[in-house]
Amino acid sequence: MSDAERGSWTGAVRERALAALPPEKLLPDTQPAYMSSWIYVFGVLSLVSLVLIIASGVILSLQGPDWWHTSGIGHFFNSFHLWSVELFFFFMVIHLWGKYWMAAWRGGRSRTWMTGAVAFLVAIPCALTGYVSQQNFDSQWISTQAKDALNAAGIGSFWNLMNFGQMYTYHVLLLPLAVVALVAAHVLLVRKHGIVPPFHRSQTVSPAHAGAATNGSPAAHNGAPLPAGVPGADPMPSPALDPGIVVAAGPDTGPVP
Amino acid sequence: MSRASRRREDESYREWKGAYIPYDILREATIALGVVLALVLLLTILFSSPDLPPSTIKSWSRTDPVDFVTTAATELDGSSMSGSYGPPYNHGTGSVQHIGFLRPQQWFGVSQPINSAQDDVLAPLRSITDQPVLQRAVSTYEAAPAKTQAGWTTAYENALAKATTTSSDSVSVKPGSYGPVPTVMGGLLTFAQSGGLDGALLTSKQFYQTNPTKALLFMADGGVLANRAQQQRLLGSQWGMMNETGSYPGQVWLWLYTFWYQIKPFSTSPNADILVLAIMALMSIALVAIPFIPGVRDLPRGIPIYKLIWRDHYRAQHADGG
Amino acid sequence: MSTAAIFNLNHPAHAVQWHFFFMSVSNVIVLGLMLIVFAVAILAPFPGHGRPRHGGAKS
Repeated sequence: MSDAERGSWTGAVRERALAALPPEKLLPDTQPAYMSSWIYVFGVLSLVSLVLIIASGVILSLQGPDWWHTSGIGHFFNSFHLWSVELFFFFMVIHLWGKYWMAAWRGGRSRTWMTGAVAFLVAIPCALTGYVSQQNFDSQWISTQAKDALNAAGIGSFWNLMNFGQMYTYHVLLLPLAVVALVAAHVLLVRKHGIVPPFHRSQTVSPAHAGAATNGSPAAHNGAPLPAGVPGADPMPSPALDPGIVVAAGPDTGPVP
Repeated sequence: MSRASRRREDESYREWKGAYIPYDILREATIALGVVLALVLLLTILFSSPDLPPSTIKSWSRTDPVDFVTTAATELDGSSMSGSYGPPYNHGTGSVQHIGFLRPQQWFGVSQPINSAQDDVLAPLRSITDQPVLQRAVSTYEAAPAKTQAGWTTAYENALAKATTTSSDSVSVKPGSYGPVPTVMGGLLTFAQSGGLDGALLTSKQFYQTNPTKALLFMADGGVLANRAQQQRLLGSQWGMMNETGSYPGQVWLWLYTFWYQIKPFSTSPNADILVLAIMALMSIALVAIPFIPGVRDLPRGIPIYKLIWRDHYRAQHADGG
Repeated sequence: MSTAAIFNLNHPAHAVQWHFFFMSVSNVIVLGLMLIVFAVAILAPFPGHGRPRHGGAKS
């Protein structure tokens, strides 16, 4: 009897977690062969930028919010924090562009897309609270200008950009927690569902292969190749559309492509 | 494409049962960390970061006493932007926005009460001791009927348009019937120039304060922040939302947000803020919901950038299958 | 007190202005860089993948 059947909450959670994210999915040492483009590095570049933002943010918080105005080292870390934010958004937007043009939500990956998009959207107010926490002219201007939009929506009644104490706590605690939680969910979903496979090239299908896997290495295919399909005409898709067929699970014995 | 066939196709993308290649996820992350760390260090060393010192009421009242006194007069009669704003500060109507029947600004009410006359002028002046002439002027003003007060402040504000500053940084206007207002304003100006008003506005409620809202609203009602902002290209008409002070790159990701403000009808609408916010909220929801939006979710198929991304894969397939 | 940067960016930005379009040169550069980097990322050849391996369904 499994833990879940015995009524153990812990056991049930453990079993579900392990089913969703077995160790070889969490820490894989292989990746699909189609991942052959530099566009794939922008996710991890965004992630490490976030790590640097948090690290420099932690250092800035050690001596309080006015430290960087009077200390050269403090100003250095403020600059570090600013540039890691610029790079974070730079890499994240390129990552978003890449994932959009790959239609990366396919194959049950819509939650991966959604958590990523929401992380981007939550990062924006997180940055805003940072800008108004600088305690300099920039903060004065941004807070007195942006307040109108928030007031117009009623949000200003409980979220006051000009209230430094409130904005600082949102910036160093509440919003980073939200961003990290969303990014963690996003990354775990990527590990769980994997990187989206390429689009099928043609639109026709052999029903016998419907639902089966797709192109293997050129080295090890069995069975006759499918004819190249008629593009666009027949709306019945299937994985085995392209030449090259189902790959047998087993060691690679063929030549390198 | 029928829904069933779309679902079938989508299912076919769920799992990859094809070839894999060796991959070291931790090494990749470590290399990425090194690369980005190097980039950030380079940018930090090359460019540093901006830190323009904040304006204070003290500095404002010294460098532009006429603007300060003019603003203070509008705080006194409640005609300033913050004095007549509306929720969440007070029950004015100067800056209340709505979309159709949606009036969230009013629904949320006055949660951060600000009475500009009391908070910015009268209460700070009452805290000054040993100034009997000033205190009598304040009492005279407070005791007068509202219509009289308005007559004094309006006449004074009109005269301020042609005011001059004296060598001692005080403001002088041509004679007129302004009642005690010039004395009140003179006292406030002196208090501001000494730095006392900054402190009074900050600690009006309690000693430990982290909320400079009153002083910020006072300054924003005048020209001190806007003048600096214009020099720094931060005004709305300069797409300022995207910009940083100096020549630093700013918040490029806000380009679409500020774009709406530049075009009609938003550029001339009194409800611009709530309208733009509503549009951006809808577009943000749309961004999240792309997987479910017909057309938008199909564009990557139609504009085949994917053929470039996966060209190695397609080439390998082609070589294999013929 | 501030650390001296090698390039001082503390002067008001130059801007690109055309009708109502107004963008600081620094932001134009960032935007341009993003587009270039995206294009390079997609077009640049990726180093060869080594021996393909059939694995278990590691997704």
